[in-house]
Amino acid sequence: MATPHQQLQPITTRPPAELTPPPSSAVPKIRAQHLNFYYGTFQALHDITMDIAANQITAFIGPSGCGKSTFLRTMNRMNEAVRNTRREGEIRLDGEDIFKLDVASVRRRVGMVFQKSNPFPKTIFDNVAYGLRINGVRKKSIVEETVQLSLERAALWTEVKDKLNKPAGALSGGQQQRLCIARALAVEPEVLLLDEPCSALDPIATLKIEELLFEIKNLTTIVIVTHNMQQAARVADYTGFFLLGKLIEYDNTRRIFQNPSKKETEDYVTGRFG
Amino acid sequence: MTRQVTFRRRFINAFMLSLTGVATLLVVSVLFFILGYLLWHGIGSLSWNFFTKLPKPTGETGGGLANAIVGSAKILALATLIGVPVGFLAGIYLAEYSGRTFAFVVRYITDLLNGVPSIVIGIFAYAIVVKPMKHFSTFAGGCALGIMMIPIAVRTTEQFLRSVPTALREGSMALGANKATAIFTVVIPAAKQGLTSGMMLNLARVAGETAPLLFTALGNMYWSAGWSQPSASLPVMIYQYAISPYEDYHQQAWAAGLVLLALVLSINVTARLIMSRGSSLARR
Amino acid sequence: MAASTPVLEGTPQSRARSFAYGLKAGDELAYVLTLAAASAVILIVALLVYQLWISSRLPIHKFGFSFLTGRTWDPNAGDFGALPFVFGTCVTSALALIVAVPVGVGAAIFLAELAPPKTSNALTFLIELLAAVPSVIYGLLGIFILVPRIRQYLAPALRDVFGFLPLFQGPFYGVSFLSAGVVLVIMVVPFIISVSREVLMAVPVEQREAALALGATRWESTWDIVIPNASTGIIGSGFLALARALGETMAVTMVIGNTPQITASLFAPGYSIAAVIANEFTEATGDLYLSSLVFLGLVLFGLTILINAFARILILTTQRKGAQS
Repeated sequence: MATPHQQLQPITTRPPAELTPPPSSAVPKIRAQHLNFYYGTFQALHDITMDIAANQITAFIGPSGCGKSTFLRTMNRMNEAVRNTRREGEIRLDGEDIFKLDVASVRRRVGMVFQKSNPFPKTIFDNVAYGLRINGVRKKSIVEETVQLSLERAALWTEVKDKLNKPAGALSGGQQQRLCIARALAVEPEVLLLDEPCSALDPIATLKIEELLFEIKNLTTIVIVTHNMQQAARVADYTGFFLLGKLIEYDNTRRIFQNPSKKETEDYVTGRFG
Repeated sequence: MTRQVTFRRRFINAFMLSLTGVATLLVVSVLFFILGYLLWHGIGSLSWNFFTKLPKPTGETGGGLANAIVGSAKILALATLIGVPVGFLAGIYLAEYSGRTFAFVVRYITDLLNGVPSIVIGIFAYAIVVKPMKHFSTFAGGCALGIMMIPIAVRTTEQFLRSVPTALREGSMALGANKATAIFTVVIPAAKQGLTSGMMLNLARVAGETAPLLFTALGNMYWSAGWSQPSASLPVMIYQYAISPYEDYHQQAWAAGLVLLALVLSINVTARLIMSRGSSLARR
Repeated sequence: MAASTPVLEGTPQSRARSFAYGLKAGDELAYVLTLAAASAVILIVALLVYQLWISSRLPIHKFGFSFLTGRTWDPNAGDFGALPFVFGTCVTSALALIVAVPVGVGAAIFLAELAPPKTSNALTFLIELLAAVPSVIYGLLGIFILVPRIRQYLAPALRDVFGFLPLFQGPFYGVSFLSAGVVLVIMVVPFIISVSREVLMAVPVEQREAALALGATRWESTWDIVIPNASTGIIGSGFLALARALGETMAVTMVIGNTPQITASLFAPGYSIAAVIANEFTEATGDLYLSSLVFLGLVLFGLTILINAFARILILTTQRKGAQS
C-alpha cells in the first residue's frame, strides 16, 4: 500500500527516509486478511487486513490497549501460548498460511524481540548460539562465525568480544536488548518483530537500537510496535495506526504524520489524545 | 538451516511431553490404587467386633482392635497437649516478640527438629521417659509424638501470625490494648483459619507415625489403664499384625489400615478445605 | 503509673487502674511464657543431641571410628559394625532417588507447563495427599501387594534385560533392597513433584517466550531453558526427598528383609539403619548392644542434618535468583 513519490519537509534532523516505491513482487512478505482475535469473549482485533512489505521497516502505533502488540504476536503465533484465545482470518508468510505450518518453523522464520530483554541465564556466546544449536547447527566453526556476525549486526560485538564467556546478566539493559536482537538474528529470520524494544531503555541505548535497525533492514523485514510516535517517525518506512482493535490507517510514514487521511489518525499524531 | 523443523525434533517434542503426562498419571493412580486395595481388603473385616473387641490370641477369630483405637486416641490427645501449646507459644514469640538473631536460631533449630528421623525421636523419648519410669507407657508415647508435633506447630503459627497485616495490630493497640491483648484478641483470631488447618495437618501427620511408638508405648494386647502402662496403637498394631504369619491378623491389619487412612485423609482434606474456603466450613 | 491524687477503693478509677495493672502484667506474662516456649524448643533439641551422644559413649569408646566401617553385626559376640546398615540405607535411598527424580520432575513439568490450571491444581492436591499416607500403610501395601508383584513381574523382567549386571543377579525371594527401593520411590515422589512444580512455575514467562520465539519446540524450551532456570530448586527437592528416604522406617522395615549384609545384588535382602533400630531396640540385651543401636541413630541423625542443610541452602539460592530477574 505505498503512495506516489512526494516532496515533503523533513520532520527530524535525520536524513529523511526515502519514499520507497511499492515492492515489485506482487506477494508481500506478510499478508494478513480479515484477522479477528479474541481473548475469551473480548475481541481484541477487528478485521485487520494489511500487507507488510519485504525489507522495509513497518511500525505499529496507537494508544495503550489498541491491539498493536496483539497483532504483532499473532504474526509469530506467540498468542497461542495464552489460554482461551480464538482467531479468525488468515496470515500468510510469502504466500503460505502460517497457521498450517509447524509452529516452531514459523517462529524460526519470524523472530521476536520483547519489550523487556530476556537473555537466558547462560553466557553471552551461548545465548546467541542457542537458536543455532536447536536448529541443528553444531559445527563449532560455523557457530562461532554466526555468533560473531550476529553480534556485529546488533552493534554489540566490539563491546562483548572479550567477554563472550561471561554471563549475559552482567550486561547493561541496553546491551542485553542488543544481545536479544543478536540472538534473534542468529537464526536468520525472514521477519523480525520487535515489541516496544526500547521502552525500558534510556535515549542513548534507544538510539543505538534504532540505528542498527536501519543497518539490518536489508537482511530481514522489520515490524516494530512502539508507543513512541517520534520513534515511528524516525525509523519506519510504513506506519499503521491502530485504535480499539481496528487498523485505522496504514500508509507511508510521511503521509501518516504529515497528511493523514483519517481524523482519528490526525488526532493521535498531533497529540490530542493517547 | 532448514526451513522446516525436522521430524526428529517434532517427534521428540511429542514423545517427551506425553511421557510427562504418563508420569503424572502413574503417580496419581498410585493414590487410587492405595485406596482401592485398602477398601477391597479391609472393608470386609470392618465389623462391630473390630471397633469394640480386644485382640484375640493368635489363631482365634473374632477379635478386634478396640484397645488400639482407644490407645491411639489417648496418645494423640496427650501429644497434642504437649506439642501444640509449646509450639504455638514459641511461634507467637517468633512472630511477635523476637529479635532477628534469636529468631534465626530458633527457626533453624526447629527445622532441625523437624528433620530428625522419627525413630530417633523414639530413642530420645525412650531415654528421657521410659528409662526413668522403668517401663513403657502411654505417657512416653504421647511425649514422643508431642515432640514431633512441636516444629510444625511453631512454623505454622509463625507463618500465619506474620501474615496478619500490621494494620490490625496497630488498630487494636490504638484503642488502648497492650501488645499481649492485641495478639490474643485480634491477631490470633484473624489467623484462626490457617492456625486450625495447620494444627489439623500436624495431627494427621503424627497420627500415622509408628516408629516413635515402638519403644515408648510399645504395645498391648489388652486395655491399658491410665497413662503409665504400655498401650496399643493403631499404627503399631497394623505393623505387628502385618508381619505376623496369621491370616486373621492380616485381615485386621487391612481393616485397621483403612480406618487409619480414612482418619488421616479426612483430617487432611478438611484442613485444606478450611484453608481455601473459609471459616464457614469449620463451623460445620 | 504515679498518681497525683489518691484513688479510693472500689471507685471506677481504682477498678480501671487494677485492670490496667492486670493488662500490663498480662503483657509481661505473655512475653515470658512465649519466650519460655521458644527456649524450650532449643532445650529439647540440645537435650536430644546430648542424650544421643552420652548413650553412645560405650560403642564410641569401644569401636571409635571403625564402628562406621565395621561389616559385622553380631550381638552375641559383642561385635557391632554399622556398615551394612549404612550401606542398606544409602542403596535403597539412592535407588529411590534415581527413579523418583525423573518421574517426579516429569510429572512436575506436566503439572506446571502443560496441564490447564484447574486440572493442575486438582492433580497436585491428590498428589500431595499421597504425602500424607502413613508409612506403615505403605509397608502394608508393600508386603501384600507390591512385593508379590515385583517378584512376579519386575524382578524377572529386570533379570532378563539387565541380568548381565551384578545388580540383578542372584535369587529373588521378595523382600530385598529392590522392594525397599520401589516402596521408597512411591513415598518420595510426591515431595519432588510438589517442590519442583512450584519452582518451575516460578520461572518467569519471558524466559519461556524467548526460547519459543527462536523456534524452539515446547519440549526444547522446557528442557533447555525452564529446567536450568529452576535447577537449583529441583536439586533441592531431590535432597529433601533424600533426607526423607534416609529416615524412613516402617515401610522399609517391612519389605527389606532384615538381613545385615553388603552385596552387589539388589535382589538380595538387606537392612537399613532405621529398620535395625526398629526391629532390635526392644530386644537388645546388654548395654553395648543397646547403645550401639543408639549410636546408629546418631549416625542417621547426622546424615539427615547435613542433607537438609544442603537442601535449604539450595532452595534459598533459587528463590533469590528468581527474585532478581
